[in-house]
Amino acid sequence: MNASSQPLVSIHNVTRTFTRGAENVHVLTGLELAVADGEFLALMGPSGSGKSTLLNLIGGLDRPTAGSLAIGGDRVDQLSDRQLAAWRARHIGFVFQFYNLLPALNAERNVELPLLLTGLNKAERRRHVAAAFEAVGLTHRAKHFPRTLSGGEQQRVGIARAIVTDPTLLLCDEPTGDLDRKSGDEILTLLQSLNRDHGKTIIMVTHDPHASARASRTVYLDKGQLSNTPTA
Amino acid sequence: MKFLPLVWAGLKRKKLRSALTFLSIFIAFLLFAFLGALKQALGGGVSMAGLDRLIVRHKVSLIQTLPQSYKARIQGVAGVTAVCHQTWFGGIYQDPKNFFPNMPVEPEDFCAMFPEFVLSDAEKQAWLNTRTGAVIGRSTAKRFHWKIGDRIALRAPIWGEPIGQSQWEFDIVGIFDGAKKGTDTSQMFFRYDYFEEARQRDKGQVGWYTVRISDPDAASKIATAIDQEFANSPFETKTEAEGAFAQGFAQQIGDIGSIVMAVVGAVFFTILLVAGNTMVQSVRERSVELGVLKAIGFSNRLVLLLVLIESCCIATLGGFSGLGMAWLIIASGNPIPSLLPVFILPTQTLASGAVLALALGIIAGALPAWQAMRLRIAEALRRGA
Repeated sequence: MNASSQPLVSIHNVTRTFTRGAENVHVLTGLELAVADGEFLALMGPSGSGKSTLLNLIGGLDRPTAGSLAIGGDRVDQLSDRQLAAWRARHIGFVFQFYNLLPALNAERNVELPLLLTGLNKAERRRHVAAAFEAVGLTHRAKHFPRTLSGGEQQRVGIARAIVTDPTLLLCDEPTGDLDRKSGDEILTLLQSLNRDHGKTIIMVTHDPHASARASRTVYLDKGQLSNTPTA
Repeated sequence: MKFLPLVWAGLKRKKLRSALTFLSIFIAFLLFAFLGALKQALGGGVSMAGLDRLIVRHKVSLIQTLPQSYKARIQGVAGVTAVCHQTWFGGIYQDPKNFFPNMPVEPEDFCAMFPEFVLSDAEKQAWLNTRTGAVIGRSTAKRFHWKIGDRIALRAPIWGEPIGQSQWEFDIVGIFDGAKKGTDTSQMFFRYDYFEEARQRDKGQVGWYTVRISDPDAASKIATAIDQEFANSPFETKTEAEGAFAQGFAQQIGDIGSIVMAVVGAVFFTILLVAGNTMVQSVRERSVELGVLKAIGFSNRLVLLLVLIESCCIATLGGFSGLGMAWLIIASGNPIPSLLPVFILPTQTLASGAVLALALGIIAGALPAWQAMRLRIAEALRRGA
């Protein structure tokens, strides 16, 4: 998708300001970040520091107030809503803290959702879904509904849904935040494996130093600015 | 097609709520179809009326009779090609609740005037040969299990007993069918000469005349000419098109069309609120799920379409089921043949019901679909957190 010398994610002088009533809240100010292809980046910071806002910008769920944001050479900040939706479908896999599976669909159907936007036929979609379940080690639970799965299993289904289209970038918003230590460790091991063995570039927002230790690099966000060391 | 499981999942999400909404739409469309059949039954004569036929009746009211001698004078009016008369007999078979219309007519004139009543040549001949012969519509024959060759007896409170007999007796010589769907086959016709000889009063009087004209465009002119022919006589006439006559007859119990429209309008407005409320609630509860769909690449337009399809699905499922059930019930038989001689579900009602169901789905789903389309992803996902 991009030349190896170029970072996969390139954020330059990004500002994000929200208006609440008469007040302007500057969540991110002049932010700079580069994430290399194949990197596993942990993004830490206190609550309200703008981690999720940054993740939303990178994932094309929100737009910067100012600055430029390029992913794999695509200027995400310049795409229309429609182009952005298509771009997300092709390049981004989201993993949410609360899994966000559709309760009325079984695990298999949940994982199939992103493939509905592709031109694949039913048999091809089924093959891709099976491969994703195999990658997360949950083939035997594919027919189960979310309510019958444990938190760890639901998060595995969430990860299978995120990787089923083989996206360029995995964005994980506190993927272990709702799990016990053991299940959380399993999810982190799975993410590490996806990064190491399958070359997936991952950006993970976390509060947990134990989780960030699994990443290849950690950056800290505070008061709208990034640094390589935690602030006091 | 590949999105249908997703739409279906949305409907299954709150099964009880979806079932209740389905049921209310089902009932509304069942009612709609029944009202359509009722409207057809009460005003059916209007749609079945011949464009080239006029009705000549007494100027004061339908129950006043006209002289039988008018027949020749009407035939003499320019533009008139055929004339036949009928008289309300009001015969009762065993019990007043067994009501069906029965009238004396002159068989040859009658058969020529009303080709929509289909009799075989043998039956027509038998009728001409039998003074007490009567022909009966298929639905009345079925209702009383009568067949050709049966002899039936009627009482006629209007006319009293026939001369020399205690009851009016008739031999069934033919059973007629309707040439078109919706033709009234509840009636019985018997010979005027038998009636004329046997009745004790009002001899030489008939109820009304049906007149065939050569040019339907000249109907108004011919009607005026007929009425002028009998102006200032003891039996002045009022001549009108057969359709207008039938409409006037139906409107004796009210403007059926307006009543039906008012009931249907009220029902559908209520159903629109019910279905719309269901969809609004459903979308509000699923804002996180819709946010997730958008996050993984579903476009705003696709989300809008999914919500609209979901709304249309529940409306058409409920609507089509209601129409289907009504069709089954109506096809299984006329519940009150004595009051509604023709009780059928018109194809036009079915078609307009289907269109209405689809429109209901679109209108009920429009607002929630628009809300779903406008939903901001980050905001929706924050609600989940």
